[in-house]
Amino acid sequence: MRPFVYERAATSEVATQAIRAGIATDTAPRQGRYPAEFLAGGTNLLDLMKLDVMQPAKLIDITGLTQAHSAILVSPQALRLGALAKMSAVADHPEIIKNFPVVAQSLTLAASAQLRNMASIGGNVLQRTRCSYFRDTSWSACNKRNPGSGCAALDGYNRGHAVLGASKDCIATYPGDFAQALMALDAVVTVLGPDGTRTVPFSDLHRAPGSTPNVETTLRPGDVITAFVIPAATWMRRSLYMKIRDRQSYQFALASAAVALDIDDGGLVRQARIALGGVATVPWRARDAEAALVGKKLDPQTAESAARLAFGGAAPREHNAFKIALGQKTVTRALVQAATLEV
Amino acid sequence: MPEHLDGDDKPSVSRRRFLGATASTAALPFMGASAARAVADPAVKPDPGALLNVSLTINGKDHRLGLDVRTTLLDALRDHVGLTGSKKGCDHGQCGACTVHVDGQRTLSCLTLAASAHGRVIETIEGLASTDGKLHPMQQAFIDNDAFQCGYCTPGQIMSAVGCVKEGHADNDDAIREYMSGNLCRCAAYPNIVAAINQAKTQMEG
Repeated sequence: MRPFVYERAATSEVATQAIRAGIATDTAPRQGRYPAEFLAGGTNLLDLMKLDVMQPAKLIDITGLTQAHSAILVSPQALRLGALAKMSAVADHPEIIKNFPVVAQSLTLAASAQLRNMASIGGNVLQRTRCSYFRDTSWSACNKRNPGSGCAALDGYNRGHAVLGASKDCIATYPGDFAQALMALDAVVTVLGPDGTRTVPFSDLHRAPGSTPNVETTLRPGDVITAFVIPAATWMRRSLYMKIRDRQSYQFALASAAVALDIDDGGLVRQARIALGGVATVPWRARDAEAALVGKKLDPQTAESAARLAFGGAAPREHNAFKIALGQKTVTRALVQAATLEV
Repeated sequence: MPEHLDGDDKPSVSRRRFLGATASTAALPFMGASAARAVADPAVKPDPGALLNVSLTINGKDHRLGLDVRTTLLDALRDHVGLTGSKKGCDHGQCGACTVHVDGQRTLSCLTLAASAHGRVIETIEGLASTDGKLHPMQQAFIDNDAFQCGYCTPGQIMSAVGCVKEGHADNDDAIREYMSGNLCRCAAYPNIVAAINQAKTQMEG
């Protein structure tokens, strides 16, 4: 690991100013990133620093802010999650398990017990891709790590790569699970930046790779996520997260679906929410599929045609075409199962 | 060891310490150089090469260490405090061999900066048995159930298993497998590990 300057931030305002100061002293991005990074759980950042994929000149340790920014508040209007809450704290919260099952399940099915005890949910949504060509610096071509260098995955071994949201410059998959739950439930992100606090729809947080895959979010230098707010809605209890992977546990998704349904007494769908993981470059909302379900009875046939719509724009590469069929089956099964939940 | 500021609270000469002490003098210039560097407050002097003051409570004892800022908690335990029970398997948070408890939570020490653990309470495999030498029920259960072969993953398995039971995630075999999935065992002692946890959990709860 390369040397870095280590600072502890006592308040969130200090943290954002420290990042700004860190950038001012060294403006040249390294490996496509700004030279100062926040350190919370560190489970992704330290791993990538050991691999020399990330080379921050400065780390601002914000674990000292945990007490101020880790509250989990459930009200009739919304679920508010402090961004420094640990994944395990959210996953094991009884009211979240009961009233926002897709949130709890997306976290329980992610990583390992130790990692969930360490990782903050704010850092979790920002975790970086598992693309081998990104993680292994002996490959020179990676536009995400080394902008302008090309993409070794396009014609490389791309079984794990994205079929949705890819560009000619990057097909790396967004690896997380929790983000899909936030997408499906219309979460809002509270961001503290050098110029104050603002809120951003979660669906606007991540950026599709386009021609700048190194820029992964709409966050600006010095911005720190302080909370997620999930509005209470008629579909939140009839929700679940389905994750399909090569191993039963402790593995990233090949395909996953966060679904939430509002079904009326007659069995017709009033509202549907579907977000896809493991198959796209960013947390992916399948709005066409959602719209197709409204007013229909949810059965295996309607679920399957919605699932087909969800992958309408899919563009497979040599080794990942199976993700289209697998993803469609994942969405179908998730929807059918959600429809049978007793809420 | 010059980095270890509070000197001598090691119970005995460990294998590693003995080997280190008897190794060639090639290590000495490095250690001298380390000692010569001042321990700096990072807020005052942003020098990546400065040693950082880190205080840790490890198995009930307070330690004050002067560490390179890059030092992980695992390396601090193994190389600076001499507690080599926690193992370095993958060093990337994938195998679980480095599992310790930080403020009571099972944690991967290889993905924790020692600096981030400043002021925290650390428990390692060395602190699990009673002071009179009686093994923790989980340690005894691993022996009783033959829950290891080579033993390299075992300290991490046991620390993780204790956490698994304390969290209430050991209700049945499926839950144990799920909540122990972060600890890999290349000898594949998994069925015996599940049996050991089942044995120990009743004693821990009782």
